[in-house]
Amino acid sequence: MTPYLAVVSARFRVLLQYRAAAFAGVVTQTFFGFVRLAILLAFFRAASGPQPMTPADLPAYIWLGQAMFQMVPWSLDREVAALVRTGGVSYELLRPVDLYNQWFARALALRTAPVLLRALPMVVLAAAFFGLGPPPSAASGLAFAASVAAALLLSCALTVLLNVTLMWTLSGEGVSQLVLVTVIVFSGLVIPLPFFPDWFQPVVTALPFAGLMDTPLRLYTGNIPATDAVAFLTRQVAWTLALVLAGRALLARGTRRLVIHGG
Amino acid sequence: MIVKLLAASLRANLHYRASFFMQTVAAALITCVEFLGIWALFSRFGSLPGWSLPEVALFYGLINTAFALTDLFSRGFDMFADTLRVGDFDRVLLRPRAAALQIAGQDLRLRPLGRLAQGAVILAWAAAHVAWTPDRAALAALSLAGSFCLFYGLLVFQATIAFWTIDSLEMMNSLTYGGVYAGGYPLDIYPLWFRRTFTFAVPLACVNWYPVLAILGREVPPAAAWLAPLAGPAFLGIALMAWRVGVGRYASTGN
Amino acid sequence: MPQILVENLVKTFRVAERRPGLAGAFAGLFSRKHRTVRAIDGVSFSIEAGELIGYIGPNGAGKSTTVKALSGILVPDSGRCEILGRTPWKDRVAHVARIGVVFGQRTQLWWDLPVTESFELLRDIYRVPAEDFLKRRDELVALLGLGPVLDTPARQLSLGQRMRCDLAAALLHAPPILFLDEPTIGLDASAKLAVRDFVKRLNRERGVTVILTTHDMDDIEALCERVMVIADGRILSDGTLAKLRQSVTRERWLTLDLVEEKGAIEDPDARVVERDGLRVRLAFDPEKVSPAVLVARIAARHPVRDLFVENPPIEAIVARLYGELKP
Repeated sequence: MTPYLAVVSARFRVLLQYRAAAFAGVVTQTFFGFVRLAILLAFFRAASGPQPMTPADLPAYIWLGQAMFQMVPWSLDREVAALVRTGGVSYELLRPVDLYNQWFARALALRTAPVLLRALPMVVLAAAFFGLGPPPSAASGLAFAASVAAALLLSCALTVLLNVTLMWTLSGEGVSQLVLVTVIVFSGLVIPLPFFPDWFQPVVTALPFAGLMDTPLRLYTGNIPATDAVAFLTRQVAWTLALVLAGRALLARGTRRLVIHGG
Repeated sequence: MIVKLLAASLRANLHYRASFFMQTVAAALITCVEFLGIWALFSRFGSLPGWSLPEVALFYGLINTAFALTDLFSRGFDMFADTLRVGDFDRVLLRPRAAALQIAGQDLRLRPLGRLAQGAVILAWAAAHVAWTPDRAALAALSLAGSFCLFYGLLVFQATIAFWTIDSLEMMNSLTYGGVYAGGYPLDIYPLWFRRTFTFAVPLACVNWYPVLAILGREVPPAAAWLAPLAGPAFLGIALMAWRVGVGRYASTGN
Repeated sequence: MPQILVENLVKTFRVAERRPGLAGAFAGLFSRKHRTVRAIDGVSFSIEAGELIGYIGPNGAGKSTTVKALSGILVPDSGRCEILGRTPWKDRVAHVARIGVVFGQRTQLWWDLPVTESFELLRDIYRVPAEDFLKRRDELVALLGLGPVLDTPARQLSLGQRMRCDLAAALLHAPPILFLDEPTIGLDASAKLAVRDFVKRLNRERGVTVILTTHDMDDIEALCERVMVIADGRILSDGTLAKLRQSVTRERWLTLDLVEEKGAIEDPDARVVERDGLRVRLAFDPEKVSPAVLVARIAARHPVRDLFVENPPIEAIVARLYGELKP
């Protein structure tokens, strides 16, 4: 376990150096959160019938979403991408550690460090000025915490899978942009997933991306009752396992190719 | 000269065709997705209080088209912190032309074409629902020009700040990308302080909200609709004055 | 009136001091300590049209600060500078239209464009009339042998080709003054020779004033009659190479090829500079001991196959000069 811990902690220290970027990020995310919330609340003023979410759910959904924005796998790990592109990945294979686990550890740091820097000030700001309240019950809070952890692992599994696909397609930038679009739409960062048309809901729920953001957020607000938490958590974990297995299988094939063709 | 510099940059960029293509497609997708979000909300809620979808689309289309045009021609300012960091600004100053013109012509990226196409399509769709008169068409053109200048001014400011600090420059994204996002909706959905900020500090309301109100036949003093878009060029002028101060500082501190 | 006149130029910089550690970095967010560094401290010189001047000094001595001030992109704190009758930083655009600048480590060519297109862009930027441009470009292309690389993008050029193209690019607007910053850095021997040869011809045949900053003393020895040495922001020496030598040391070097490799070479009036197998190099002061006497004394003890006397290379002189500066 220790080499992976070392990877996490080393990456963490590097990422924590970007204080200025974090500060800018907080300002930008707060601005966007404010506008998103204002837009959604404005729509509610014209609403006639019952809606899949209540206005009271929205501040928590938006603000926690903005605070944890960096947790979703909206880009690849640039350094790994560079390693694969330059062929440096062959050297990684020389190290006596499991490559998948090492990449996973890097992803863990990549997805957590920026959030830790940004989330706290944003949550404080949002609670003080923009109507972010506590979860309706302790059970909802617990379910949220568990679901965030699951979302993080799911995000890392996706990140590594993306890294691995680079072994086949080398235009990293294009892939990463397309992934960004998919992830922000289907994780609930454009509009909360329940607001998509009803006929579209089966697609949204079938994809793994809801588990990245939408699930924990709705657990927090109580929009998904804490009693249903187990089912949603199971879905998140199942997707994570599936993606880890897929990632491992692809990585095994990719490295075999490298070894045979000499990268 | 700018045209020649931009054309040169374009030729240079075309060497990387595949990546250019992917980037443009992705950029178009991202902005499309944004509008799909608006559409989804309309289909669920029926309307935004007081506004129909085509009306919102006019705000959205105008501001996105204008921003995409700015984005297309202001890459040099957007990336200026990098130019400064690697020391290429010295080279700019060693040439006998105004620094701002050289920076404006430094780089042309086609990526904003994605946003431009999408903004233009939405604008065209919104326009089909407007009862056009020559006045209104002129106002639309004025709004486009004013917004172009305003966003250009913001990017010149962003570049100017880089003379003092290159930390936290991304904060300017709140005003550029954030301004486009916020301005894509009618401003009356926001609280008063927010509207004031975007009227008097960063005059987004002047270049988009007031002229569009007039185009949509809403109650608005003609002076506000016709004069307000001039705030765009005025803002750009102030930004360019700040830029000159920045260049002066660079020449005395050396970076 | 000299072409370039510099009087008492001073430039100080404020440098932020970084504090170590996380706590220091955090404190740095709120207050920063600054200290003032004098990059150039009262530099004066004058240069006549058609001179070819070497401007040398250790790293951080103030070379590039001087060159930046002279090229109009840095405003000094005090002092006077007039080039072609203008103060460079007061009228940047007019000034830079009359000078050429080449940085050895950086190119002014457009990276992804064929060289010839870069030339055309420069024609537009410098507003060179079409006829003059064509005439001058063809001359430069012929002189520098650029014909085969004109259609190559700058990024695909070798360092030597790139430097030759950069020289041409800096001269398309026929500036009477040329600043060269490390023009031979990283070049192979033949490319260095080509660059030196071109600079020499430019200076002799066209009368272009050249100010050359370099670390390569071979450049200086091959090109410059006059050398200015700057260290710690002050001009330490300004004059011909011969004068520079004399001011630093009267030493001459005696190089001996011995017959057999044994025994230490010792003499009260000479010191061994280096010894490599059979070859021994001694430094001596000709005022104290004549070379003939010295050779006779040594040859009496060690059989000598061959010998010659020479001036120490400029590197040794400069190293000596810099060495004397250090506290």
